[in-house]
Amino acid sequence: MKVVYTDVLVIGGGLAGLRLAIAARRRGHDALILSLVPPKRSHSKAAQGGMQASLGNVIKGQGDNEDVHFEDTVRGSDWGADQEVVRMFVNTAPKAVRELAAWGVPWSRVRKGDRQVVINGQKVTITERDEAHGLVAQRDFGGTKKWRTCYVSDCTGHAMLQAVGDQAIAAAIPVHERTEALALIHDGGRCYGAVVRDLVTGTLSAYLAKATAITTGGAGRLYRVTTNAVICEGIGHAIALETGVAALGNMEAVQFHPTGIFPAGILVTEGCRGDGGLLKDADGHRFMPDYEPEKKELASRDVVSRRMEEHIAKGKGVKSRFGDHLWLDITLLGEQHIRHNLREVYEICHYFMGVDPVKDMIPVRPAQHYTMGGVRTKPSGESPTLKGLFSAGEAACWDMHGFNRLGGNSVAETVVAGMIVGEYVADFCDRAENDVNIPTGVVREFLEREQAKLDRLAQGGGSEDAAKLKARMQEIMTAKVGIFRRGKDLEEAVDELQELLVRSRSIGLRSRAPGPNPELVTAYRTQKMLRLALTVAYGALTRTESRGAHFREDHPRRDDAQWLKRTLATWKSDADTLPTLDYEPLDIRRMELPPGWRGYGAKDYTDHPDTAARQAEVDALKEKHADRFARQRALMPYDHLLPQRLKGRNERIDERFPAAPGGAGDTPESAFAWESE
Amino acid sequence: MTTTTIVKAPSTSAPPAPAAAAAPAGGVATGAKIRVHALRYNPQEPGSVPHMQTYELEQTEGMTLFIALSEIRETLDPTLQFDFVCRAGICGSCAMMVNGRPTLACRTLTRDVGPDITLAPLPVFELIGDLSVNTGRWMRGTSERLEAWLHGDPQARDICRIEEPMEPELAEKLNELDRCVECGCCVAACGTARMRPDFVGAVGMAKIARFRLDPRDKRTDDDYYELVGTDDGVFGCMSLLACHDVCPKDLPLQTQIAFLRRKMAGKGWA
Ligand SMILES: Cc1cc2nc3c(=O)[nH]c(=O)nc-3n(C[C@H](O)[C@H](O)[C@H](O)COP(=O)(O)OP(=O)(O)OC[C@H]3O[C@@H](n4cnc5c(N)ncnc54)[C@H](O)[C@@H]3O)c2cc1C
Ligand code: SF4
Ligand code: SF4
Ligand code: FES
Repeated sequence: MKVVYTDVLVIGGGLAGLRLAIAARRRGHDALILSLVPPKRSHSKAAQGGMQASLGNVIKGQGDNEDVHFEDTVRGSDWGADQEVVRMFVNTAPKAVRELAAWGVPWSRVRKGDRQVVINGQKVTITERDEAHGLVAQRDFGGTKKWRTCYVSDCTGHAMLQAVGDQAIAAAIPVHERTEALALIHDGGRCYGAVVRDLVTGTLSAYLAKATAITTGGAGRLYRVTTNAVICEGIGHAIALETGVAALGNMEAVQFHPTGIFPAGILVTEGCRGDGGLLKDADGHRFMPDYEPEKKELASRDVVSRRMEEHIAKGKGVKSRFGDHLWLDITLLGEQHIRHNLREVYEICHYFMGVDPVKDMIPVRPAQHYTMGGVRTKPSGESPTLKGLFSAGEAACWDMHGFNRLGGNSVAETVVAGMIVGEYVADFCDRAENDVNIPTGVVREFLEREQAKLDRLAQGGGSEDAAKLKARMQEIMTAKVGIFRRGKDLEEAVDELQELLVRSRSIGLRSRAPGPNPELVTAYRTQKMLRLALTVAYGALTRTESRGAHFREDHPRRDDAQWLKRTLATWKSDADTLPTLDYEPLDIRRMELPPGWRGYGAKDYTDHPDTAARQAEVDALKEKHADRFARQRALMPYDHLLPQRLKGRNERIDERFPAAPGGAGDTPESAFAWESE
Repeated sequence: MTTTTIVKAPSTSAPPAPAAAAAPAGGVATGAKIRVHALRYNPQEPGSVPHMQTYELEQTEGMTLFIALSEIRETLDPTLQFDFVCRAGICGSCAMMVNGRPTLACRTLTRDVGPDITLAPLPVFELIGDLSVNTGRWMRGTSERLEAWLHGDPQARDICRIEEPMEPELAEKLNELDRCVECGCCVAACGTARMRPDFVGAVGMAKIARFRLDPRDKRTDDDYYELVGTDDGVFGCMSLLACHDVCPKDLPLQTQIAFLRRKMAGKGWA
């Protein structure tokens, strides 16, 4: 029995996992990272557009702060988010950008003076302030009131992953590359680590730890058309689900990105529209202002994606042999801008389609993009039901995105969650009562069980072809659990996915090659993915309302009276073909921003009985406090949730800290003065 | 070497020897047959010997090597090993020798390199199996040896405060050098790397050049000399610049290597 011990086992080497491991390491705990691929090849790499943080350096971001970022995020989530978590997030995001700046990320910077930008299809001149010169720049993104998205040209995720990955090497954190966690080891109450497969030799070992963190990213490959990398198969979600104890939150909340390249699904960034690009139809007509007169192309993603599909359904799509699509037109941005600020987009168009975006329009259609749902955790990142199991990043649901996440809020979330949850993980490991004395019997049982499953696949003589089952699952998810959802389709999807799940128990292999055996990998992953697909589809079928990215044609209204609650899915037994669903209500009486209209999209929703009373309370409190910090604290105190070292306020050009007495490096007392007013 | 051929449709032409394979001018028409000749070898399998295997497919519109190899794995041969992650030319996972030249397979259109396409794993790196090599371990090892991370001010900055300003042009220049995706193409193309196992490659030198340019990194030229002023560093480089020609991210390797050599040579004599 091969066993590896560490303090913190981090499953996933993307931005979230790396940052979390660094936090734990800096607090003196050993951390070990598992990753399917070298960490710098994780899907965080693909984030192009940028990271939201309310620095307010550019003139179009002036007046931005945590309050504005908070409201945008909650509205974007269609009130599905946990507002305390959103507060923790918006207060930490500026710190994360600044930390990354100190770690070497070459953020694009503000140049003082006049510059030409494209806003609403028009060239306009804006003037950047002298005092902003050289500070981190922000661009416009969908669903935000201010220009808030910090960026590195259009390879933001790459640059962030490079810097954070380098710091993990500097901290000598071991990464076991090409390994895959297949199951969590637990006793029904406490998580002890994971059974891990070596993807080079094919052998299994047990990795045991005080704390285990799932940072495995998204599950886009449940769908046929997705912007996600081929490794985003949701295995981290699945192993949490398979404990029968940990829950997955809101798995039916799936985001579709408006501009997947048609038909391959490769993403072109939202920065294209943020920087002034337009969506056009078969007649070359810019159609978004017809639907969304206010935010136009820059309404939130769920809204833009739906409007595009609606427009295609009206027959306005461009016909092609692969189906209909629309156009993204960035030609008006000019060659200089496209070649420098949107260089990755230029390369993708050039290499994959032979299209020159300086002169030609880009064929696009919405594609699956982001998994809002994930391993349900407390604000500390720990599972409320399985002690010692933590989660962060796209794999987690702590829940800052609710039913729709804003562009740029995700890479921001990865590092912020890594910083916050990493501190909580370190606190957890600091406590002597959390030292583990792991029963060898439990470990052996888990190892043997996983080995037996693999042996059954390899030698059981089953007749089902895993690749075919998987392809069928992806087809069903794209066709029936997509942007527009109907009860009838969802029922069919759930029925057929259950059939596929049953059939997947008789998967057989054609080859028994020793080593990684890619066919075996597809086989065991398909079984896990089918459970996850069922969790998404069944959650979507059961939720008879529309909220954020979850849109039911047969229930088009958001229904706060019935559905202002989070879906919690568990998978009770191996023999089950459906998850068990429970619901966790969101408490309006504690909300800083009670439910209302988002400011874009449909205006009809059914109010919760508590909303009016809470709104009156909120209005009165706002009247009472002129200072924004005091007001916030009166509305919804949250600072007790932030780790000590992340409690400070954020300095801005328009919110200067008093000059530090001891030189630039010192922090004035006031920066940490949460209670001083 | 033995050659096994899996034929999907009746094939007329024999696979060419790998050395003779070159990309034909023009392009392969949609619907035409293409033949993928892949080097096969599984070190985990006792008795496995390196050999070429041929797969025949139909050219579809917009087909990339990612699409072709995935189709082979799903319909013809489930054992074929290769590495794709982003399939968008962003992550650097899929570098392999395509008709003798190291490049990113996912953004290579089969119509441009077919109808006969010869694939082999990158040389220099440890072979995992078939077309899959361990670039990750090589890159981590090189990063550790070169201390290729930003050595900032030991006095950590207060992250609550406004960040240190930087000239916009400098940020752009840094980004230019920061775009390396650690794909290993430059190493696979490099004569020195094939001969000297510890040679840091163009990727290593580019990393040093990148940190040297960054005012946030507090190291001096003496520190850098310690790291690359050797035959496994700049002095092992023959400046033939095969690396520069194959870098899929168009890093300015030529100017960076030349610059670093001049600087380090100056140090050596000083
Ligand atoms: C094309 C694209 C563009 C995007 N652009 C933006 C943007 O501009 N701004 C923004 O905010 N967000 C963007 N996003 C979203 C954002 O990039 C991701 O949500 C985020 O990077 C996820 O980071 P992560 O650390 O949670 O996971 P990932 O970076 O996906 O990392 C997951 C890690 O888990 C490992 N792993 C997975 N399963 C296992 C297992 N079973 N065992 C061991 N290891 C495992 C993987 O190897 C990997 O290292 C974009 C997403 C896509 C798809
Ligand atoms: S110039 Fe030649 S020897 Fe030097 S790194 Fe490039 S390929 Fe290698
Ligand atoms: S320098 Fe270029 S070729 Fe070399 S590893 Fe980096 S991206 Fe690849
Ligand atoms: S798969 Fe990412 S670069 Fe090819």
